[in-house]
Amino acid sequence: MRVGLSFLIRLAVLLALATFLARPEWFASLLRPLTENGAPPVYVQASLLSLTISHLLMVFAATIASTLVAVGLAILVTRESGREFLPLSRSLVNIGQTFPPVAVLALAVPMLGFGTWPTLIALFLYGLLPIFENTLTGLTTLPGPVMEAARGTGMTGWQRLIKVELPLAFPLILGGIRLSIVISLATATIGSTVAARTLGEVIIAGLQSNNLAFILQGGVVVAALAVLIYDTLVFAERLAAQRTGLNRTA
Amino acid sequence: MRFGLNRIDRVGVVVALIAAYGLVAPFALFRANRIVQGEGRSLFSALPPSLGAILLVLSAIAIVMALLRLPLFLKLLASLVMLAVLAFAIGNAAGFLTPEGNNYARVSPGSGFWLLSAAFALLATDCLARLRPPPWMRIAILTAIIAAIAFVLASGLWDGLSILKEYSSRADTFWLEAGRHVTLALGSLAVAAVVGIPLGILCHRVEPARSAILNLLNIVQTIPSIALFGILIGPLSWVAANVPGAADLGIRGIGMAPAFLALFLYSLLPMVANTVGGLAGVPAEANDAARGVGMTDRQRLTQVELPLAFPVILTGIRIVLVQNIGLATIAALIGGGGFGVFVFQGLGQTAMDLVLLGAVPTVTMAFAAAVILDAIVELVAPANAGSGTGRKEATA
Repeated sequence: MRVGLSFLIRLAVLLALATFLARPEWFASLLRPLTENGAPPVYVQASLLSLTISHLLMVFAATIASTLVAVGLAILVTRESGREFLPLSRSLVNIGQTFPPVAVLALAVPMLGFGTWPTLIALFLYGLLPIFENTLTGLTTLPGPVMEAARGTGMTGWQRLIKVELPLAFPLILGGIRLSIVISLATATIGSTVAARTLGEVIIAGLQSNNLAFILQGGVVVAALAVLIYDTLVFAERLAAQRTGLNRTA
Repeated sequence: MRFGLNRIDRVGVVVALIAAYGLVAPFALFRANRIVQGEGRSLFSALPPSLGAILLVLSAIAIVMALLRLPLFLKLLASLVMLAVLAFAIGNAAGFLTPEGNNYARVSPGSGFWLLSAAFALLATDCLARLRPPPWMRIAILTAIIAAIAFVLASGLWDGLSILKEYSSRADTFWLEAGRHVTLALGSLAVAAVVGIPLGILCHRVEPARSAILNLLNIVQTIPSIALFGILIGPLSWVAANVPGAADLGIRGIGMAPAFLALFLYSLLPMVANTVGGLAGVPAEANDAARGVGMTDRQRLTQVELPLAFPVILTGIRIVLVQNIGLATIAALIGGGGFGVFVFQGLGQTAMDLVLLGAVPTVTMAFAAAVILDAIVELVAPANAGSGTGRKEATA
């Protein structure tokens, strides 16, 4: 019954979120106590729904690009011909993780100008790391007997990769994508400091006009999106992990 | 002996390509004042001819060394020499390009300089990754590099560069904000450790508390940092207005207090999760043995469990510190100070050197903290215990 309850809670969160995005004015009286001097309780400069869609599109576009590049790189450095790059790529991933998102964003602006592009690049770069790390773990910790068997049946390197290695590493790759998306959802809000169209716009408007209602609605929408997407992907990972029959988690 | 492809180092090929492109890209940028677009100056127009030639020849030698399979320490040495030469050259370019007596002109490193530096930094990183120096050696190398940078800064070699002109016009604020940044990052870490470790012990001992506390802290992590910083303004202004003495302690709605609290809240999850993880990883035999010799629960905790869990808890501290140093930049948005002040001021004025003045120290601090704490974790961890335990999730 516990599974049923937590599912119902998530469904309720999803419904509340959808209602708020479609009809934010219904919540005006709820948010009004948080404002001062008759400030507007709901952000109206842009529709919350369109900001949310733009926010999500940016995160998904960046994550798809990071996934392609990170998985590609991880495959490359685990092949015989790319093994020389393994120590370097490991260190780069570690170093990359120490770069604060704000710094990445700010440093991308001189090259790309203000707006969507620096945010996309920052999200892309920041998203690479968890996916690369997890794919690498997935591809380097495959059970020896399975690989032996694959070789024994005469599979070529390419066939082993497509039919054995990637499917077995898939749950871990998915775990990396999940971490990457959750980080990106939050990082995208900072993108609004360089004029990207994300939900950060609402939060920053709140900070500038000292309007707690704006800060709260921006923050809570992002947090709700993150929780819902996180849980959905955890669920997908469990399904995928059951199919591989290996008991490994991120 | 066959001189074939197998004599070529593949990482070296990448280094060579980046460096070769760096040699033809603009080495320095010249701007008539601090906010106009820069014009690129090539290697030979940015440097005195003799210095340009020396840099070109040395780069060529280093590129060839990178391509060949030579002893790693030799390549490491070559890459470090090149980085030093580049540091010298860019300082020289500033003096060479700035017209005599012109206080408005700005010279900053161009893409060529950055690419060359990146190429040789990549080579150095690769050599270090393959040499796998022991922890104390890594700290020594880091210390030497920081000392070298401090020496260059003190020598005035880089004073003509735009980023240092931004610094010299706000040296006092720079150190003030640096102090605030460190206070925010380290202070919130200290409080998070004091609260988080006991909370982790509680979670380990009391099963029902564990999932409740960890779930709550997980949700806190999903709130975007700029929102959490902002949300805390409300409750803290209320505290400042209604709790006697709070305002005198410096608790205010905006400023450092909400920033400190937000960083503390973000720090709790890695602290608690790693304490729980560390304690859960204590072998059952160790606990049985401790019980067997008649230790009380408290003795077992302080003499067996905590020492064994210490490396994992330390990994949590490493995650929190690196994360906090980055996140503290956001504090500037709510008047909390820190290096973010320069980043956001710079973005507002489209003065990129000012952005760099905030971003470079932040990245350097985060990087140094990561190297030092990784080394310490490795020193305290029992041999061949994986250091990859614990969560490495970043928050934005």
